[in-house]
Amino acid sequence: MSDITKQSLSELVKNIKNKKVSSEEITKEFVNRSEKSKELNVYITENYSSALDKAKKFDQKPNLDLKLPGIPIAVKDLFCTKDIRTTAGSKILNNFVPTYESTVTQNIWNEGAVLLGKLNCDEFAMGSSNETSFFGNVQNPIDKNLVPGGSSGGSASAVAGQLTPITIGTDTGGSIRQPASFTGIVGLKPTYGSCSRYGIVAFASSLDQAGPMAQNVKDCALLQEVISTYDSKDSTSINFKRNEYSKELTNNIKGKKIGIPKEYRVDGMPKEIEDLWQKGINYAKDCGAEIIDISLPHTSYALPTYYIVAPAEASSNLARYDGVKYGFRAKGENLIDMYEKTRSEGFGAEVQRRIMIGTYVLSSGYYDAYYLKAQKVRKLIKNDFNEAYKKVDAILTPSTPSAAFKIGEKKDDPVSMYLNDIFTVPVNLAGLPGISIPAGHDSKGYPLGLQIIGKAFDEQNILNIAYAMEEKIDFKNKTTDWWIK
Amino acid sequence: MSIDLKTIKHISKLSRVSVDDQKAEKLANDLNSIFKFIEKLNELKTDKVEPLTSVAETSLKLRSDEVKSNNIREQIVKNSPQDNEDYFVVPKVIE
Repeated sequence: MSDITKQSLSELVKNIKNKKVSSEEITKEFVNRSEKSKELNVYITENYSSALDKAKKFDQKPNLDLKLPGIPIAVKDLFCTKDIRTTAGSKILNNFVPTYESTVTQNIWNEGAVLLGKLNCDEFAMGSSNETSFFGNVQNPIDKNLVPGGSSGGSASAVAGQLTPITIGTDTGGSIRQPASFTGIVGLKPTYGSCSRYGIVAFASSLDQAGPMAQNVKDCALLQEVISTYDSKDSTSINFKRNEYSKELTNNIKGKKIGIPKEYRVDGMPKEIEDLWQKGINYAKDCGAEIIDISLPHTSYALPTYYIVAPAEASSNLARYDGVKYGFRAKGENLIDMYEKTRSEGFGAEVQRRIMIGTYVLSSGYYDAYYLKAQKVRKLIKNDFNEAYKKVDAILTPSTPSAAFKIGEKKDDPVSMYLNDIFTVPVNLAGLPGISIPAGHDSKGYPLGLQIIGKAFDEQNILNIAYAMEEKIDFKNKTTDWWIK
Repeated sequence: MSIDLKTIKHISKLSRVSVDDQKAEKLANDLNSIFKFIEKLNELKTDKVEPLTSVAETSLKLRSDEVKSNNIREQIVKNSPQDNEDYFVVPKVIE
């Protein structure tokens, strides 16, 4: 089977279960392709020989009842993996080797998968283009010198470039959905509390969620089923009835009410995005859904709110990097000098910028004006969704205000970079699930995504809508393997 | 409102990140453009709005106070930047 890396996760699982292919054969193919794909720069740490050993071990005594039997999987380098370096894309964690495993990755290994390697990402998941990583830019398989989006840019490129059949990312303001949209793949940000945050390098704890990224909706549903578990080690993990998302997946969405929020029609939105959205509305209608105009009046306040809440939480979370307990340490004349130099040399520019914003909005005299204000507006944003969901079952929007841009294009203008997340950020602030599915191309042939936002804990419903629409859209990614050496 | 170099130096001290003058200037520019964008929130009247601190509509759960991982000192100091198997080593604090 020479086309192994082209197969979807579901196909690979089926072929392993039918003994048409072994875990070792599959793992070899992905390792070989990864070796030839160094130019994409998706891997921070390769784990190939250990993956092959584990695959061989799996084949000796295969447990074919597992959900991911012998499947090689690379994951974002924000998940702690026991005895395997975990960097969060930062110099400050360059030599950090966790002594424990994140719950989400443990769930994946428990279902029989083997770790291929750790994938590049923006430093501490702060970025929308993967350009803030200490380990360099990631190339988008769609075109040379095109950003893959971020922060889960390495994850998105690895799936789109067929270097891993499936992966996991994390999403604090759009970090799964935006790169999924930029690379023509599917990405799900689950409801806050659905996937455990234990062992994930923290960015903004009230917003961070792990989620699956895949070639198609069905694979995405299967991985969500594996990673979403209640976990007492995460105090915000929520104990609710989780579905067997892939088994319960249906394309019958007749009569589902889908809301179209008028506030997402932002000034200066390219016509291509407007057209894509209209196309999406038509597809949803074709599937039997009922389209209803809705209003989310505080949408334009979401991004400013996010840029108070997320940096505030980040500045607090990142206080732990002090050069004492783990990670990089710079030499200093005394303890304080060591702290200050360690953090100045260990963190990149964007991370320092956000630590500064966060420290400022939490500092004496500014807390009420910024942080408290943002928490109040966050409430208004959540109330908007609550009101909307009295009338509709889900909401359809574009995933991003544009297609992928060139490396370097927005690097020096933080605000224009932040605007990438204008359609994804409200979902995190409200703690809701959202999925991005590839739905078309811009004039250059770059992929564009549509986002379906659901009610809290209603992942099954948005997966079903995405599944039905995916069938109608019949999206084909235009990749040429230009990077293969 | 504008963030000046003095404020940047103050925040840098609070956050324990050293910045030289050149970096401070760049940060002041960046932060000013970001805060200009954030000021939009002042359009909204929020006096009567309750702040949202958590999207999970449950109170924090209590658990019994039990030791679940003991004898892991070795694991805890394993990643320490300066080797010592018993404790973390830092530059001299007391003269």
